[in-house]
Amino acid sequence: MTAHQPPPLGSAGAAAPRKDHLLLAGIVEPGSRVLDVGCGDGALLALLRDRNGVDGRGIELERDNVASALARGLSVIQGDADTDLFDYPDDAFDYVVLSQTIQATRRPRAVLEEMLRIGRHAIVSFPNFGHWRVRVDLAVRGRMPVNENMPFSWYDTPNIHFCTIRDFVGLVEVVGARMERAWALDGQGEPVRLPLPWWAWNLLGEQGVFLLRRS
Amino acid sequence: MTAAAPIPDSALAREARSQADEPQSLVMRFARDEPLMMDCGAALAPWQLAYQTYGTLNEARSNAVLICHALTGDQHAANAHPVTGKPGWWSSFVGPGRPIDTDRFFVICANVIGGCMGSTGPASTDPETGRPYGLDFPLVTIRDMVRAQAMLVTKLGIDSLFCVAGGSMGGMQVLEWAALYPHRVFAAMPIAASARHSAQNIAFHEVGRQAVMADPDWRNGRYLEEDARPRKGLAVARMGAHVTYLSESALHRKFGRRLQERTAPTFSFDADFQIESYLRHQGITFVERFDANSYLYVTRAMDYFDLADEHGGKLADAFRGSPTRFFVMSFTSDWLFPTEESRAVVRALNAAGASVSFVEIESDKGHDAFLLDEPDMFAAARGFIDGAAAARGL
Repeated sequence: MTAHQPPPLGSAGAAAPRKDHLLLAGIVEPGSRVLDVGCGDGALLALLRDRNGVDGRGIELERDNVASALARGLSVIQGDADTDLFDYPDDAFDYVVLSQTIQATRRPRAVLEEMLRIGRHAIVSFPNFGHWRVRVDLAVRGRMPVNENMPFSWYDTPNIHFCTIRDFVGLVEVVGARMERAWALDGQGEPVRLPLPWWAWNLLGEQGVFLLRRS
Repeated sequence: MTAAAPIPDSALAREARSQADEPQSLVMRFARDEPLMMDCGAALAPWQLAYQTYGTLNEARSNAVLICHALTGDQHAANAHPVTGKPGWWSSFVGPGRPIDTDRFFVICANVIGGCMGSTGPASTDPETGRPYGLDFPLVTIRDMVRAQAMLVTKLGIDSLFCVAGGSMGGMQVLEWAALYPHRVFAAMPIAASARHSAQNIAFHEVGRQAVMADPDWRNGRYLEEDARPRKGLAVARMGAHVTYLSESALHRKFGRRLQERTAPTFSFDADFQIESYLRHQGITFVERFDANSYLYVTRAMDYFDLADEHGGKLADAFRGSPTRFFVMSFTSDWLFPTEESRAVVRALNAAGASVSFVEIESDKGHDAFLLDEPDMFAAARGFIDGAAAARGL
């Protein structure tokens, strides 16, 4: 499995796109319809619009983020993935993206099922709780990890459903989705390109990225 | 009980009365062969719409913004009011450098049909009889208001509006515009609005109307000819309505249980509390500038509004295939048009596949928040309008 090479960066001076966003921009077909669930300030949607000519929509919980996304000229609804995906009709989008958000949902399984209902594809990325550093924190220090990918203490984190890459593969089987492609990203956000078995990805990947399809 | 002798009009009320036929603003007149076809079946002709404009229409005629006013608003959105002398009702939102920037956009604000500030309404003179229409005026709907505005916009030589924006009843008109003329609305911004008037809201309006009609000076709606005015009834209607525009926390912050110019209750029905005195003042000043029959007609128009009902009971069908970019806004403390009503609109727009954005603004000022200085509202509106302007190449 290899990721598409993203097209070269555009205008100099603008903040460089995040590596994981560039990976997603390499996945999404040009001109498609995309719903970004938990879209933050709209950075990914703006990238997909500008690079891929995507017709993008977003859902975001934080009002300030919605305002930032509006200022980028994006269509974003202040709302909650756990409750507001039900409002969308079947097959409304080509891709439904859940970037770094599934661990903050109350019902990850229901959210994933809704994504697969309203989109032809679902793209999910999340911090991998099976990464070796997490395991070291737990096994050696006996504490929940706090690092740049997971910057919250256990008592004030929005992340209530952490999972590992292998856990997520299990959920994909439970909801009966087809796994089209998967990536493990290293600390720099670059895909691990070595042809490794799952257990090794689960150990080395700081993030997992999955492209799923309704089966 | 006998009716008291009518109180003579104040200079302010005489001024307001004169605005009904000859307003201090622009007026578009429509002749006998340009009737307004109304939902009730009437063909109103001749008729006129009073309006104001701000800014300059560009050569491509692509930068026009239509502002729709709320129940008791008028065309004076961003200029001093000719009767009260107060700043325009949306002068914080519309003007040079404001979210609706009159340096960039050509802004039109029309008084609604059925109003009393120069658009044909119950206070206007009926050309058939030479008397004020009174209750002979046909019942008005939100859709009629929008049809009338569309005829005005057409006559101004504008095919497609860059944006239609408004709050409350104005927001209802925005939704109706987008549903009725989707290809004439590039962007739509309904604020603190709803796709239907709720039972609770109809109930409040009915209390207000009954207060007007219970006033012996209402004279079955013919008070203008009899030189009377149902002042008390209209003031009570306004007082009741005004409470629904605020929130308990805003009232509490502003007035609490504080007494008005006294240290102890008088054990009477005087306005002991500051809130009582404030409401009485609101009622009295409203009577000076607004026509009682117009109040009946315009509240009725809101009551009848149900956009889903106009589209076979399915709200999404009102927006099917819409090319318009929508931005819906609500306020946390608005209990008259609560966020859930706005969410219903957003759900329908999603189901229709329309481009929609939505924000609930944190405010404790109740329904009236859309008229006030709310920095979050300004910032969000500015973001939406700038984004839409970029998409239209403005």
